Amino acid sequence: MLRSIALWFEERLHLMKLFEATAGHKVPPSTNSWFYVFGSGTLLCFVLQILTGTCLAFVYVPSTNEAWTSLQYLNNQQFLGWFLRAVHNWGSIFMVAIMTLHLVQTFLFGAYKYPRELTWVSGCFLFICTLGMAFTGQVLRFDQDAYWGLGIGASIMGRVPLMGAQMVHLMLAGPTIAGETLSRFFSLHVFVVPGMIIALVSLHLRLVLTRGINEYPKPGSVVLKDAYETEYEEMIEKTGVPFVPNVIGKDLIFSAFLVIAIVTCALVFGPAGPSGPPNPTLIHTAPKPDFYFLPIYAILALLPAYMETFLLLVLPVIGLAVLILLPFYSGTGEKSYRRRPMAVVIVTLAFLTIGLLAYLGTYAPWSPHMEAWSSAATPPEYVRGRSALELQGAILIQGKQCRNCHSLGGEGGLRGPALDTVATRLTRDQLIRQVIQGSGNMPAYGKNLSPEEVTALVAFMQTLRPSYQPAARDSTQAASANSLTSDMRASR
Amino acid sequence: MIQIDQRAGCGCAKTAPAKGVAAQPSSRRNFLVKVGAGLNTIAAAFIGVPLLGYVLSTFKRESTETWISLGPLDTFPEGETRLATYRNPVNKPWDGDTAEVPCWVRRIDPQTFQVFAINCTHLGCPVRWFQASRLFLCPCHGGAFYEDGSRASGPPPRGLFEYRNKVESGELKVLGGHLPTLAEPL
Repeated sequence: MLRSIALWFEERLHLMKLFEATAGHKVPPSTNSWFYVFGSGTLLCFVLQILTGTCLAFVYVPSTNEAWTSLQYLNNQQFLGWFLRAVHNWGSIFMVAIMTLHLVQTFLFGAYKYPRELTWVSGCFLFICTLGMAFTGQVLRFDQDAYWGLGIGASIMGRVPLMGAQMVHLMLAGPTIAGETLSRFFSLHVFVVPGMIIALVSLHLRLVLTRGINEYPKPGSVVLKDAYETEYEEMIEKTGVPFVPNVIGKDLIFSAFLVIAIVTCALVFGPAGPSGPPNPTLIHTAPKPDFYFLPIYAILALLPAYMETFLLLVLPVIGLAVLILLPFYSGTGEKSYRRRPMAVVIVTLAFLTIGLLAYLGTYAPWSPHMEAWSSAATPPEYVRGRSALELQGAILIQGKQCRNCHSLGGEGGLRGPALDTVATRLTRDQLIRQVIQGSGNMPAYGKNLSPEEVTALVAFMQTLRPSYQPAARDSTQAASANSLTSDMRASR
Repeated sequence: MIQIDQRAGCGCAKTAPAKGVAAQPSSRRNFLVKVGAGLNTIAAAFIGVPLLGYVLSTFKRESTETWISLGPLDTFPEGETRLATYRNPVNKPWDGDTAEVPCWVRRIDPQTFQVFAINCTHLGCPVRWFQASRLFLCPCHGGAFYEDGSRASGPPPRGLFEYRNKVESGELKVLGGHLPTLAEPL
């Protein structure tokens, strides 16, 4: 009975032929490896994102007036709404992570080389589209961070030469962040970019079938344009095994663990945000991007200002061109990473750089701690036994918001150096000059402090050194016996 | 297996026109294809041009600037800098709170004001005023500005964006209507 039903469909759909041409196509047996599971893993994440995203769109309202409220509704009232939001968020995090692993694996295994150039290029565009999904998705979580994130996007667009203003208007769908901005990003996130991803995935998979899957590279076996295809075909004919059922096992196991990991993270950590409502008049906020964009957030604080426009507008274009065109300038030769030390160095350096920048981005040492002046405590030993003038200086250090950028006893901003041992580094004259004129990242306080206040502030800072370390001395003056003895007294 | 399929496919493609040739004179078929392609190009332009126009309509820079009242003068004490908000004159019914725009108003003397955009000139984050140190500080990358809006330190490439302002019938008014950026300051 079942057999006759199956045959009825087979007669009409030629499913066996379809199977042999797709899932059952022959692949090199060496690809039956745990290194080859990241592509299907990324695709699985994408499917999961479509499923959860579609369900979220049942409830989400893409209107600037209602979006934040509908997210609150999803989190707190809609049955399992919080769970779907959490899965969607963690699905995106895993998708970016697994896709990065896929990119690194294909790079290290030389899979981008002849004749799989187009597979690599389409993969690069998939990577860009996925990051586009990450940014637009962050906007749909329409909270304070999303609002100011859009402002940052607009500020970046505003740096485009000649047509900056037009680019800003195009991005925001008007002169300000308003109703149409969110609708535009909703359309991009839900229709435009997913459509592009589906088209690119189709191309990517078609190429996997027509150009075959990269064999596990052996060190010393070199790709030559004239010989490779014949060699590959011969290998498939001699030793090729059908992808289903011979090779798919590891993909299935990895996929199952992936889903379990995403759901576990969603259950343990819950949904992301929304943070405060997207009301621009609530200015007591420190906008921060999602983790994918933390490295960019970090590098914009750390590089000199004159490099920023280049970094924002030119470098990404160069970087993407170098990545996308890789198979065209390095399309033949050695595939195995064991014989490509530079490839390994590049991957290691890229991971170190991006990882370090992202780590710095998590605690943003360059950002002033806006509340530190009123909330950070002064360690009691810094005020014990101080004179009235010095104590007045200690109060000024709080009141004049110095602590927003300078820490004492580990509390306060990290924008400027900690002041715990400042007296060992700067003399009295240098302290006065620094306070009045500022320099580097420090504003000049000359206009905001009376001479008496400067005297008090500097008197307090001169006490900030451990007893075992002498105070800074002006090296142009010979060390006088007097100052030496006073140092010795202090160290006692 | 794939190769066999492809060869079969190629075979089909070669045999198909042969049948067509037998059924129809090729010049007539070519003519119909050309007319069809031509008509479709026109049809594509019919739908494509309005679509592009719709999407790119925001690309055109429009002057949306209007004078907006920030309230009576006595809400701004002399010598102080206060946060003021206004509702963006170019708004839509579904804009909600996003149409509320904050700005910093500094009253220098009874008739002289400076009104600064909230957006840091580095990347647009909201700067905060610190009365005691008379500085605007940005929470994102640590940009700092003096009370007159000039750049004090950090990554911002210029001083704060400043609205044009005027005093009219006892109210402070500013010329606004767009998000200030380096390409399009206020």
